[in-house]
This record gives sequence, structure tokens and C-alpha cells, in this order.
Amino acid sequence: MRRRRSLLLTVLTGIMLIYSLVPLVWLIINATKTQPGLLDSFGLWFAGDFALWDNIRDTLTYNNGVFVRWLLNTLLYVIVGAGGATILATLGGYALAKFDFPGKRGVFAIVIGAVAVPGTALAVPTFLMFSKLGLTNTPWAVIIPSLISPFGLYLMWTFAAEAIPGELMEAARVDGANEFRTFLRICVPLLAPGIVTVALFAMVATWNNYFLPLIMLKDPDWYPLTLGLNEWNDQATTAGGDVIFNLVITGSLLTILPLLLAFLLLQRYWQSGLATGGVKD
Amino acid sequence: MARRRSWTGWAFIGPFLAVFAFVFLAPIAYALYLSLFRTRLIGGTSFAGLENYERALTDPQFWSAAGRVALFLVVQVPIMLFLALLVALAIDSGRLYGKAFFRVTVFMPYAVPAVVATLMWGFMYGSQFGLVGNLNESLGLSLPDPLSPGLMLASIGNIVTWEFVGYNMLIFYSALQVVPRSLYEAAEIDGASQLRVIRSIKLPAIRGALLIATIFSIIGSFQLFNEPAILQSLAPNVITTFYTPNLYAYSLSFSGQQYNYSATVAIVMGVLTVIVAYAVQLRATRKER
Repeated sequence: MRRRRSLLLTVLTGIMLIYSLVPLVWLIINATKTQPGLLDSFGLWFAGDFALWDNIRDTLTYNNGVFVRWLLNTLLYVIVGAGGATILATLGGYALAKFDFPGKRGVFAIVIGAVAVPGTALAVPTFLMFSKLGLTNTPWAVIIPSLISPFGLYLMWTFAAEAIPGELMEAARVDGANEFRTFLRICVPLLAPGIVTVALFAMVATWNNYFLPLIMLKDPDWYPLTLGLNEWNDQATTAGGDVIFNLVITGSLLTILPLLLAFLLLQRYWQSGLATGGVKD
Repeated sequence: MARRRSWTGWAFIGPFLAVFAFVFLAPIAYALYLSLFRTRLIGGTSFAGLENYERALTDPQFWSAAGRVALFLVVQVPIMLFLALLVALAIDSGRLYGKAFFRVTVFMPYAVPAVVATLMWGFMYGSQFGLVGNLNESLGLSLPDPLSPGLMLASIGNIVTWEFVGYNMLIFYSALQVVPRSLYEAAEIDGASQLRVIRSIKLPAIRGALLIATIFSIIGSFQLFNEPAILQSLAPNVITTFYTPNLYAYSLSFSGQQYNYSATVAIVMGVLTVIVAYAVQLRATRKER
């Protein structure tokens, strides 16, 4: 049944649209300004000179190209951390949905109970534990905690329960395929939208992580983008620090572009992943 | 098909559980252990019993931090979830022009790191080259400073709302998608109004999603850290080291080296979060009956 479109409702919902967009528009406009231009022009309009390309070049080369180093660190954390989280959540969710195994109820209770404990409340004890083990100030300190995504496990579990017919697995077993081959050949393709969804959300969590690297890392050479940007911003308040708000703003824009693109390009996958496997009772 | 009960499942869930034990269970156990000891410059580490807990429960700084996030919770979370629900219902109604554009755009801020979101809003709030400064100058207004003590919590609430309204909208929207369309058609034949359909069909159908979003938001509020920590450099006198419980635990550890007490604060806050989340869940499930 086709419904009549409503202009009034569109305009009203448009207020939320504008609210969501204004800061992003502000960021794009101000990434085109020089440091003096930032100070003496109106925030939501362009300054006289268009300095976007200069800003991008300066962001990438400032302080011997430390921004590029931070970008590569972030990519490392995302590929190993979020990639690993996706694999672990997919395997685990599949097990919970499709197998009956001794201790399953206990696993449930422990995972759900632990999820209720605020993640950042764990951060300080995790730091102390990691420093005893000599892991702090290494990439592992950021990667290992990123490997666990309870939300991802939950999403994969509900998704796998619906997406994989039990008869299909049984048929494969009758044909003599072993469990792992069955999983790779038959189940993984069926789970694809769920996997993309979990991967995207794990990627956002890792790319945007701030608290964990903040406590774990001292050496700026291992910083991800988020910590680096905040350090640049803090330069303005340190005595004798170089004020580079134009680079903070351009760096912020460069930081968010890859994620926004990933979400836009993979829309079809993650929206169906959320809708079928997603959150319902 | 009867599912065989076997150990095969463990091969698949084992890796998750091993890492989970290392990054979730071990730190919880370690925090509990730490909270029972005290470390002094002279005398070293000794068993303290429940001394740290007594201190936390009577610590005015801890309670002012906990009170602040509780206030944040009761004001910001309902506003955010209500807005998210309105947008989800509007998109689901099929009456919008450019529905897909709305869905993606409102969701986009979720992909923006908290650091970038806070820096952006912080710049816009600022008097130097912020929008508030601009508006005051060009229109001759005297808008209040969003970074002043009276408005800081509301300003943080605005940043958090901006970041997560789209995420919650998507949770609600996904849940609305699985409501069978035939229910709406039946209601329409019966002459039910749109509001009636929302109240009697849509809201009950997405109760589970509403509950999950509420509990995630409660946990998120109690963990508030990134936004105040980053705004601290803009307003060091407003955001104290004990502005939120997490900031307090962080300062105790990293500027104060009081690891034992910091672990205790983290545990007490974790227990408070679990209690509140559980109470909300209990209330929600009781209403059902």
C-alpha cells in the first residue's frame, strides 16, 4: 500500500536532519580556513582565502608527518583489533545459535553479566594488569581489549539463528563435510550481511577509541588519530605551544571521512544485517 | 532435527571465551583484589579489608560525581531516546520525502569519534571563533557561555545527544521494520488513527528495542568520560578532576597514584550501574503483565 507523502512531516523531521548536519558542515567550512581566518570570519561561512589544500598538506607534514604515523597506527588497531573482534564474534555467535554444548547456559550468564559492567570501569584495572605483564605502551595494549565485542556476539547470535537453516548443516554433515568446512563453505556466505554489520560497528568502536589508548599509551609514536588530535588541540593551552586549530580541524575532517564513506558505501549490507539479525525481542 | 549435544560448539566459542576471560573477567577479579589493600609510602602494601569501600561510600567528591551523572541520566537519556523514537516513527511511516537520505544522515554522527565531536562542538561553543561568539558579535546578543558552570552539563548533554540519537533511531527503526505490515492494514480498515496505530501496535512491538536502548544509555551515562575530559582544556575551572565517576577514577590512578582506591571507585560505580540497569529492566518487565 503506497502512502501519501507529507510535506509537514518532512519539514519537522528536517529539523533533526539539520541538527545532525550543522557540525559536519561547520567542520568542512572551517577546514578551508587559515589559522587567522578562523578567528576573524563567521563560523558557518567561508573566509576570504580558500586554504583547504594547504591545510591538508600541512596536516600531513606537520612535525615530520606524525599525522600519517597516527593514521597508520589507527589502521593497524582497526585491522587487527576490529578484524579479530569480528572473527571471534562470528565464531562465537554461530556456536551459540547452532550448537548445543555442555556449559552453554553458564557461558550465557557470564557474558551477559559481564557486559553490564561498564567497560570504562574496567579500564583502570586492565591498565594495572597490563602494566604488570609489560604490555602497556605497546600496540597490544590497545589491540587485545578491542578483540571482544559483546554487542557483536549478540548480533551474530540472533543473526545466525535466523539465517542458517538447520537442514542445510545436516545435509552437509551427511555428505561427510567436517564441521569447519561446513562453516566456511556454507554458513559464512549466509552470514555475510551480519558479518559486515559486526565488522562496521567494531571498526567504529576501534577507530573512535579514546579512553583505552589514553591510559595505555605514553609514546606519541603509538598514538591513534583520536589521541593525536587531542594532543594538537591541547598545544594551544600549553605555554609556548604552537596554536594550530586549523590543523586540528582539517585533521578531524580527515579522521572522519573514511568511516563516513565506509558506512555510505556498505549501506545495503549493514541495514539488512541490522534488520534481520538485529535488535528485537 | 534434534541437535546433538556435543563439545563441537566449544571449538567455535572457545577463542571468544579465552580472550573474554583475559580482558573482562581477569580485570574484574584484579580490581576486587586491589580494592582490599592499601599502599602507603612507608610500610608498603597491606591488607585493608573494607576500608576503601568505607572511604568511597563517605567520599563527598565521589558522590558529587555520581550525582552529576545521575542528573545527566534522568534528563539527557529521555530527551535523546524520545527524539530517536520520533525520527524512527517518522521514517517508518513512509510519509517522508527522501526517506533513505534521512535515515543515513541522522545516523552519520555515530561514525564520528567522540574526540572529534567534542572538539567540533567545543569550538562552536567557544567565545574565540565559535558560533556563540559570532552570534553575539554580529547580532548584538549576549547569549550565555555554554562552557560556564551552570550550562556545562547541558552542553555535554547536547554533544552526547548529537552523537547517539541516530544510533538509537536505527535500533528503533530496525525493530519497526519487522512488524508485520498486515497489522497496519487491518488497523486502517478498522479506522484506527495513526496515533492509535503507534500506541497500540508499534510501541508494544518494539518494547524489546526500547529496553535495550535504555539500558545501553544508562550504562553510557554512568561511564561519561570522553566529552568532559576533552572539554577540560577549554574550561579547566568548570570541569574538576571529579566531574564524573570515571574521570575521578582516572585522576586517582594517573595523577594520584592511588590505584587501590581508584579500583574501589570503579567497582562501586559498576555495582551502582548494574543495580540501576537491573531495576529499570525489572520495572519494564513488570509493566508488561
